[in-house]
Amino acid sequence: MAAGRDLDSYGVPGWAQAAPFALVFAAFFVLPLVFVVIVSFWDYNDYQMLPTFTTRSYVESFDGCLTDLPNLCTMFKTYVSTAKFCFIVWALTLVIGFTVAYFLAFHVRTATMQMVLFLVCTIPFWTSNVIRMISWIPLLGRNGLVNQMLVGAHVVDAPVEWLLYSPFSVALAFVHLFTFFMVAPIFNSMMRIDRRLMEAAYDAGASGWQMLANVIVPLCKPGIAIGSIFVVTIVMGDFITFDEMGGEQIASAGKVIETRLGALQFPPAAANAVILLGATMLIIAVLNRIVDIRKEL
Amino acid sequence: MNEGRSLAFYALAAFFGLYVLFLYGPMIVIFVLSFQGPTGGLTFPLNGVSLHWFHRLWVGGGIVDISGAFQRSLELGIVVMVLTVVLSLSAGLAFRKRFFGANLLFYVAIASLIVPSIVTSLGIALEFRVLDDFLKANAPNWIADGLTTTMGMFTSGLGAHLTWTLPFGLLVMFAIFNRFDSRYEEAARDLGATPWQTLRHVVLPIVLPSVIGVGLFGFTLSWDEIARSSQAMGEHNTLPMELQALTTTVTTPDIYALGTSTTAVSFAVIAVALGAIAILRKRQARHGSDAGQA
Repeated sequence: MAAGRDLDSYGVPGWAQAAPFALVFAAFFVLPLVFVVIVSFWDYNDYQMLPTFTTRSYVESFDGCLTDLPNLCTMFKTYVSTAKFCFIVWALTLVIGFTVAYFLAFHVRTATMQMVLFLVCTIPFWTSNVIRMISWIPLLGRNGLVNQMLVGAHVVDAPVEWLLYSPFSVALAFVHLFTFFMVAPIFNSMMRIDRRLMEAAYDAGASGWQMLANVIVPLCKPGIAIGSIFVVTIVMGDFITFDEMGGEQIASAGKVIETRLGALQFPPAAANAVILLGATMLIIAVLNRIVDIRKEL
Repeated sequence: MNEGRSLAFYALAAFFGLYVLFLYGPMIVIFVLSFQGPTGGLTFPLNGVSLHWFHRLWVGGGIVDISGAFQRSLELGIVVMVLTVVLSLSAGLAFRKRFFGANLLFYVAIASLIVPSIVTSLGIALEFRVLDDFLKANAPNWIADGLTTTMGMFTSGLGAHLTWTLPFGLLVMFAIFNRFDSRYEEAARDLGATPWQTLRHVVLPIVLPSVIGVGLFGFTLSWDEIARSSQAMGEHNTLPMELQALTTTVTTPDIYALGTSTTAVSFAVIAVALGAIAILRKRQARHGSDAGQA
């Protein structure tokens, strides 16, 4: 800070002001992750974990992954399925989120109106995800509104079954819950764009689409990357949405961990957590290649 | 640039309208259905209008121990809110100057948002299990004999929630202090204020509206949290965990009444926070202060 040390410190050094905050993360985030890695190499029986080194949990998790090729083992199948959901949800939230942010940033004229409309998008984010999920039941269920309308209009003879407890409803719920994570960072990027750049492009004869493709999208890249990381990591690690909306039939990387925990098998759960963490970090590394996120925060 | 409303505006406005309908439509449906008559089911049509399901929910006879879970979540939410405000504010002040490990701490906080919640939750559960085993074997008898577990809502559970609320709190603090005009502090110092007086009478009043926003964030994030809570709460469940467990077993509008009730709490907190912020802003304006105006 330009104002100098003495002024900002309120008589307390910086590290002391940050210490309580740092202690929380040391005790409840860093240390727990260390335990996950350690326990993933422990043995176990029906009752407890046994602190002896073994790779048993990993060997079991990847069971058949090499021998069964070209058929996919359970682990690979689960990850392919989860990745598929990631991609679909990412694409949908990106298109919807970008469009909504674009409208707010460039077509709403007053700052007050922008604030109000942004708040309208934010408020559902502050309510329970489970409630937002179950709120689809009266709409999409067998006797739900959509089916009542479809049958009533004679579009279909019998109620459509794939609307709820299906891959469709899982993807729908993800888009419903998490598009906001795209809207917020992209909107933030758009608000930072120097309007004179757009004026210049306009004066140079750029059409609306050219402006979008050559000026706005490149300048929104950081926002898009941050939103993408949020959405992708949420879908990768999710187990609640898959449970609630998938009717317990769709496997996911996060659910594998939960199932193992349900059986109190901690070392295999930890091994799966390490694998999930690795997969997540891989995706972030790829996204980081596209945009240097550290520079943009 | 676009002097008249273009065709694109109307198309985008319609898209935005549909998005808002998509956001709110399903929620409105379950609010309506929670006022079902006593013979009503989980879907339309409404069989009369009543408070039957709310009554059943709060008097009992319907679902077990909802008021207990409600109270626990409320208590935890308030503790999380207070700690989130105090710790983020303190860390926010620290990040305005250089201190050892500042970068590392920032990345750890961001990583905490990105690492899947189930992994963090599992890690905390393992940590406390290992701690239990250690205490039972090594602690003096007066501790070890009575000990069942160190896990609980205000130990492991509180920690799990803080790893979720604090990074958001810190990011909001960054936004606040990026816009903060440090000339106010210089002026206070030139007038002879001690560092503590400067903080108490100059900095805090200016940032107070935003700090209330951090509190709002902390409470509502905790109030609705499930994934991190799932392994870390110990013997009792929070309200959203109860709600999630109920979705698989309950087939009556009880569950909609519960949904409406918890959403009402969220909305009440949002309303109180926004109201408080508005009042503070007005007071700042009325007292002729230009605090917070860059």
